[in-house]
Amino acid sequence: MSITHVFHIAGTALTAQSMRLNAVASNLANVDSAHASTGEGYRAKQVVFQAIPVAPAAPWAQGVRVTRVIEDPAPPRLVYDPRHPLADARGYVAYPNVDVVEEMVNMISASRSYQTNAEVMSTAKDLMQRTLALLQA
Amino acid sequence: MSLMSRLDNDLAFVQNALQLRARRQAVLAANLANADTPNYKARDLDFASALKGAIGGSGGALPLARTSSRHIAGAAASAAAGWGAMKYRAAVQPSLDGNTVDPNVERAHFAENAMHYQFLLERAMSIIRGAKQALEPAR
Repeated sequence: MSITHVFHIAGTALTAQSMRLNAVASNLANVDSAHASTGEGYRAKQVVFQAIPVAPAAPWAQGVRVTRVIEDPAPPRLVYDPRHPLADARGYVAYPNVDVVEEMVNMISASRSYQTNAEVMSTAKDLMQRTLALLQA
Repeated sequence: MSLMSRLDNDLAFVQNALQLRARRQAVLAANLANADTPNYKARDLDFASALKGAIGGSGGALPLARTSSRHIAGAAASAAAGWGAMKYRAAVQPSLDGNTVDPNVERAHFAENAMHYQFLLERAMSIIRGAKQALEPAR
């Protein structure tokens, strides 16, 4: 029955968007995690979405899935601070390559999508209940 | 036409239409779920032709292209099954990542389709109520 597919689709979308929100939270939390410019520090993480059918019998019912988490290849942000314990010989400290503005935009977009899919689920629940009420006619 | 076969006809139509409305609801939910998926193209169900196909009209079946009069005049399976009546939505403002979902448009269609679904449920309910009324012994 197709109305149950709506639940699955919205469910996969809620999971995917919450993973995206988790990535944003992790990036924002680590924005100031300094590391030595020679060593490997934290890198901004981004999730990659892909459409997947939720049921083999219904190829048109496409949910969404996070296929992988990629790390931003951009170079770390170098800050001149010779008194910092992690400063290198030239006095630079490396900070993660997290772009705060980009992360905030990502966060708003993810939370809007989450809300939309929660509404979709509530509409599907409503329709399902009304369909079941047909038995009481 | 007897009462029972009339009821059967009416309910069969409502049932077909409800199934297609439910499928369209799933397709629109898929569009909303994939609003942020790169390269996802928004789809929609061509409801009129899908319904024609489902109730056995001629609109649903796709004819085979024939280049010779001796070819078999086959017809594809009913459009109601599989991808037949599914179409890509014309994009108003496609994103740079190849996504053509416009969440506002999809939400409007989603709400509209839910209303149609509820109307069909009411219709089914009134058919059942009418039948019950007719079957009740006269007092």
